[in-house]
Amino acid sequence: MLSDAWLIARKDLKLEIRSRVALNQVIPFAILVLVLFAFALDPDRGLLQKATPGLYWIAVLFSGLLAMQRSFSVEAADGVTDALRLSGLTPGGIYLGKTLSVAVQLLVLEVLLGAGVALLYGTVITGWLLLFTTIVVATAAISTAGTLFGVVAAGLRVRETLLPLLLLPVLAPVLIGSTRAFEAALSGTPSEGWPWVGLMSAFAVVYVVAGIFGFGPLMEES
Amino acid sequence: MEPDDPTFRSGTEPVVHLRGAVALLGRFPALAGVDLDVDRRRIVLLRGANGAGKTTLLRALAGLVPITSGEAVVLGIDLRDDRRAVRDRVGLLAHGTGLYDELTVEDNVRFWTRAARADISDADAAMARLGLDGRLRDVAVGRLSTGQRRRTSLACLLARRPELWLLDEPHAGLDKEGRDIVDELVRSAAQAGATIILSSHELDRSIDLADEIVTLGGGIALDDEAEGGRFHAE
Amino acid sequence: MTTETVGSVQASDNGPTSTGSRSTMILGIVTIVALGVLILFGLILSPADENQGEAVRIMYVHVPSATLSYVGCFLTTIGSVVYLWRKSRWWEILAYASAEVAALFTAFTLITGMLWGRPTWGVFWIWDARLTSEAMLMLLLLGYLAVRGLAADYEVRAKRAAIVGLLLVPNVLIVRESVQWWRTLHQKPTLSLAGAHIEGLMLFSLFTGFIAITLVFIWMVIHRFRVAWLEEQVDLEGLDEAIAERRAEGALS
Repeated sequence: MLSDAWLIARKDLKLEIRSRVALNQVIPFAILVLVLFAFALDPDRGLLQKATPGLYWIAVLFSGLLAMQRSFSVEAADGVTDALRLSGLTPGGIYLGKTLSVAVQLLVLEVLLGAGVALLYGTVITGWLLLFTTIVVATAAISTAGTLFGVVAAGLRVRETLLPLLLLPVLAPVLIGSTRAFEAALSGTPSEGWPWVGLMSAFAVVYVVAGIFGFGPLMEES
Repeated sequence: MEPDDPTFRSGTEPVVHLRGAVALLGRFPALAGVDLDVDRRRIVLLRGANGAGKTTLLRALAGLVPITSGEAVVLGIDLRDDRRAVRDRVGLLAHGTGLYDELTVEDNVRFWTRAARADISDADAAMARLGLDGRLRDVAVGRLSTGQRRRTSLACLLARRPELWLLDEPHAGLDKEGRDIVDELVRSAAQAGATIILSSHELDRSIDLADEIVTLGGGIALDDEAEGGRFHAE
Repeated sequence: MTTETVGSVQASDNGPTSTGSRSTMILGIVTIVALGVLILFGLILSPADENQGEAVRIMYVHVPSATLSYVGCFLTTIGSVVYLWRKSRWWEILAYASAEVAALFTAFTLITGMLWGRPTWGVFWIWDARLTSEAMLMLLLLGYLAVRGLAADYEVRAKRAAIVGLLLVPNVLIVRESVQWWRTLHQKPTLSLAGAHIEGLMLFSLFTGFIAITLVFIWMVIHRFRVAWLEEQVDLEGLDEAIAERRAEGALS
């Protein structure tokens, strides 16, 4: 299963590097969201600095959605779905591989967005350990859930609208948790942030298990 | 790939055995009770009008479309018990290419070869066999012509070394050279012990290739006026 | 993967053949009587609360329907799990019926909660932990129902919805937990019976509320189940004719 996951993840990342969709479209979109927040919230009143954790994670979620849509539109191409079913790859391995490639793309996005908020909002970044852990755990939570619901919506005519409806309510705890943890880190009280990291870890574990077992039935009859 | 499956190796059992097989696409019975027996190493041509059920039959034999009633045994595996088990032993060349447009020919063939747990040298051999080892090797599939994509799909299939080849219109979109390659591949695969079922509109060409011809119509195998049942080309 | 088959048609013999039956008619009558008793005690016989005033009466329906919205979620998850495990259409349709009724009860809980909030807190909506959790529950249920209501083959809808349904209870638990943590940091008032002295006739009214609302819930799930079951049955009807028709096409060509 793990070697299948590795094969799929490598294929996906290679494909993303070749196609440059993430680079040319998703990252500019993420930066655009940051700029739009500045338009919506007057940058002179310190609101942007105060709201940085929330704005940051909203930007991650929305641009991450694009990356997830993309991850499944690739597999919906000309007969690829059938080819995957016939391939002999284990469904659990395909799930883990897609999750891994989404996670890697999210991490790149998050680093860039982090630089973006520091630069554009003038947010002072402290509490590195908690920030780093939060990013890793929240990324795991978002990509595990996103990949599972991505395949639920895959291959349907309504997939572009269905995925956000399914995924965003489910990710609400991750948004709350990652935002609170970031606030705790930035305000110099990291001890308040760690319980949220625990909650998000539990979330990711639930989804990894559900994804490994649920992907098999979901890959059929789509 | 499990070529040592005893039920398969025994050779007495047909590779494909269908009796009254029904397959539904939604509520539509695309297969309405097909009877079909194919022995090992045979090359069988499916013919029939558009919508006769050729594609659904090939997909059902690949374990993609569930058989909802009747008997269906492929390579010794009862499709009604576990149609997934047959999948990594068959190769399906479908209407869709099953290729990633952004990746190169080499990336695609190697990916699907690895996915099938076949040896990576088979991927190179398959590309060479289909004339993809030159300039085309590093071209993204999205930039290829229809015929070149078809060849790439065939290379993926060949590298998997399937026991049962299911080819849906393999000649479509290919030039003379490509068609010759397909025919040659099919013949040598049959000699090597594989079984081939293909559908084709290129009847003149395919009849020469086939050992048997089965005509489908209305989701069943029709009686051929030639010989009552199956018409033997030999 | 063995019974995504015509074989499941045979299983339909165990299913209902109409939306009503003698026992559900009796259930319906008992439900109406219970609702009558609830109105009598809840609105007329029981007194107003000294803290919450007349608004406390909303609690007699709000609390039971909130409870049952969670019961409905639980049933949906159970039904989805059994469907994925045993391919049982019966359980899948139970999951669907429960989700739909649960969504209705969730909406009712939200509306009564807001009506209670207006006189008590002065505003319709407050980011109270329970109210927020209930709103998230509504969104999760809508996601399930959107998948279940796809314009696609039964197997596609059912299987995908079952995966969403399977995760419904875990999601609800995680959402509740996170919202609870989030709001308790701020110590906001909570929509609850806390502060009201529930005893005597008021306690009895709440008890009547639980019984009446539970009966409504059961009645609705049974009937929704039957309608959904019959709808899916219609899809399977006429398969033999369809096969005969299909075979005839071949004779023509």
